Amino acid sequence: MNNKIIIEAKNLTLRYGKHPAIRDCNIQILKNKVTAIIGPSGCGKSTLLRTFNRMNDFIDNFNIEGEVLFEGKVINHSDMDPVEIRKRIGMVFQKPNPFPKSIFDNIIWGPKINGFIGNQQELVENCLIDAGLFDEVKDRLNSSAMELSGGQQQRLCIARAIAMKPEVILMDEPASALDPKATMKIEELIKKLKKSYTIIIVTHNMQQAARISDNTAFLYEGELIEYGKTNSIFTKPDKQQTEDYITGRFG
Amino acid sequence: MFRQINLKEKGIEIFLSLSAFVSILTTMGIITILFAESFQFFKNVSPVEFFFGTQWEPLLVPKSFGILPLLSGTLIIVAGSALISIPFGVLTAIYLSQFASEKTRNIIKPVLEILAGIPTVVYGFFALSFITPILRSILPFTEVFNAASASIVVGIMILPMVASLCDDALRSVPRSLKEGGYALGSTDFEVIKGVLIPSSFSGIMASFILALSRAFGETMAVTIAAGATPKLTINPLESIQTMTSYIVQVSLGDTPQGGIEYQTIFAVGIVLFGVTLLMNIFANWVMNRYREVYE
Repeated sequence: MNNKIIIEAKNLTLRYGKHPAIRDCNIQILKNKVTAIIGPSGCGKSTLLRTFNRMNDFIDNFNIEGEVLFEGKVINHSDMDPVEIRKRIGMVFQKPNPFPKSIFDNIIWGPKINGFIGNQQELVENCLIDAGLFDEVKDRLNSSAMELSGGQQQRLCIARAIAMKPEVILMDEPASALDPKATMKIEELIKKLKKSYTIIIVTHNMQQAARISDNTAFLYEGELIEYGKTNSIFTKPDKQQTEDYITGRFG
Repeated sequence: MFRQINLKEKGIEIFLSLSAFVSILTTMGIITILFAESFQFFKNVSPVEFFFGTQWEPLLVPKSFGILPLLSGTLIIVAGSALISIPFGVLTAIYLSQFASEKTRNIIKPVLEILAGIPTVVYGFFALSFITPILRSILPFTEVFNAASASIVVGIMILPMVASLCDDALRSVPRSLKEGGYALGSTDFEVIKGVLIPSSFSGIMASFILALSRAFGETMAVTIAAGATPKLTINPLESIQTMTSYIVQVSLGDTPQGGIEYQTIFAVGIVLFGVTLLMNIFANWVMNRYREVYE
């Protein structure tokens, strides 16, 4: 198996105003793996995730120290265009956020503004098939995405992200707003997608991390406590704090 | 003892409901008078002549009662002011809601409110003494009273309304939707065009309709600046007359009460009332029909 590093954080410190959300974090994300970031709420896991595609640019007073590298290139300098980065690093959010457009337009919008020339119908159908949504919506591609259920909307958002053919997909608690059945579908989808994409998923659900990820990072109060193979993190963690968290003693 | 308290409560309730009824009664009173007087008018003038006649000269002999010249005058003002207020209002709203820092916002918003609070008579005066001379120096054949000058000030007058309503609409688009747009590798412009505007379309449309309905009924500025020449024209550089300024002219003049000349203002008034009412209903319908529901 290749163990190519696709995203790397070096001495990364992230602050909201003066308050540090992430302290001196070093982490290497491997290509074509599912990496889970776990930790109690407020530990900075979403903040870290959103730094990988520069989503924190929109937050006033957010500042960043250290480096984030994507395929060996620093991406957090202000002279790097975040638009280019986001084309290659897609994102799925906590709450499904389809655009108030048709299912078809939701998927084709991203490729279209980025100059997609090709068979739109084919692209949309393929993305829906990949996202496991096609059979449920094939007869109503032109109806509004807002009519779908929460779980369907979230799979549509995944299809929308896939349509951009990104290399990495960031997922910020993608199943936290969904019921168990819809959650299961998303998890199956993630397992399937890792063949073609690198996935980084933030979750507060430890069982979920154990079920779907190859590697797991445990964050606590802004510090990366432990990072390694999911198997070993969940069976024999090195640090006491990790063990306390995964056995449910706190968090 | 208990009975007394009950009586007092009941009394307060009756008093409150009476207060609420005052506005209903007033509305009904106005509508009744409008209808009654117009009815008298239409006994003498056929509706066909009124709605399709191209001459409006009720105060001259021979009298003619075609409302089209007044309607065209009003529509020139509505169209002209829309040309000013819609683009500038929308652009202002986009800037305010997406780009302006909190500090800039805190300067621009009050300035817009001041603009909205200037008495309309001042706008009329401003049109006549400032805008018209400029227009005349650029286009010398412009008449002293002209629709263009009035349209420009009415446009400025309703711009704050468009800007503020569009700003509200744009700001009501959830952050998550905006982020969803950016996460697909799109630029500010693409997110505004492809996500924000479509997502707040109903609010933006409603703001247009409400602003236009305000332009439709605007009186003072157009009376001062646009002239009093009912004319079926589309040339904004000529003197025209709107429905509202006709009503002003007759109300202030020495037209005897009760005559057919006097009744014309009720007939014109009912058209004005009807159109404004329809536009407001339409704005509400657009809001509800196309409302994008976000949790």
